[in-house]
Amino acid sequence: MIAVVQFGGSNCDRDAVRALEDLGFEAERVWHEDSLPEDTTGIMLPGGFSYGDYLRGGAMAARSPIMESVREEIEAGTPVLGVCNGAQVGCESGLTPGAFTTNASARFQCEHAYLRVENADTPWTQAYEEGDVIELPIAHGEGRFEIDDEGYEKLESEDRILFRYCDEDGNVTEEANPNGSRGNVAGILGESASVAVLMPHPERAALPTLGNTDGRGVLAGFEGY
Amino acid sequence: MTTYTATVTVRLKQGVLDPEAETTKRALERLGFELDALRFTERYEVDLDAADADEAADRADDMAERLLANPTIHDYEVEVAEA
Repeated sequence: MIAVVQFGGSNCDRDAVRALEDLGFEAERVWHEDSLPEDTTGIMLPGGFSYGDYLRGGAMAARSPIMESVREEIEAGTPVLGVCNGAQVGCESGLTPGAFTTNASARFQCEHAYLRVENADTPWTQAYEEGDVIELPIAHGEGRFEIDDEGYEKLESEDRILFRYCDEDGNVTEEANPNGSRGNVAGILGESASVAVLMPHPERAALPTLGNTDGRGVLAGFEGY
Repeated sequence: MTTYTATVTVRLKQGVLDPEAETTKRALERLGFELDALRFTERYEVDLDAADADEAADRADDMAERLLANPTIHDYEVEVAEA
């Protein structure tokens, strides 16, 4: 059972459950004040505006008690995927390095973005080939990935960058960078490949009836476990 | 025990882009002001009881480390005064 952790202010939790179920997973929303179910096999931290983005996006949720249980599950090898606000929670809680902060435009941006698959040898990207270009929606005001030089080099040398923003043809350019992220980074792995975060929304591009299903491969990452 | 006010000032590290400050600077310029640069800081005033000023500062420092600042992008400083 994949637990989709619902904080006060999460708003992509239902979409995530629906998309995961469409992929054949059992998934349910788990209120952050409740414990993770015994049969948890995966954890998704969904998008939204947990705690009203007080202080910084994800800052409050990252320090909430359920994150202790999430940490324990990670230790036990349970896969964790953080999307959008869930990605901010991941970085704020130190599950993944760096920070997602205010877009270079200083605006909330709700649009489609092209992503180039940088490493297809992870559970979250094995559905794609390295260099593939996929299209996913983004919807964030704090999505600019920031990290110091040392941290960035570590991510690159350890091949932990999953996706970079690119143009339709896969060129990673400044123009194709919607939010000013360092190195156009849109998604990364934690210390272990079982933990991944990304700002774009795979769950909003997963149902055939909605047209775009490019995000299914990311959610399918839960299958590898 | 003495009551102290610990003032925690959090600011972006040098070199980290601050789009809100840039936007504010442009707005000031549109209003006819001349300025070279503008920075935002966030300031938290924490009232707490402690044995002495050092203990108050240590606790405020811990608060900054663990929540008020994000070490990836922020520097911070703590000042303590008797409330």
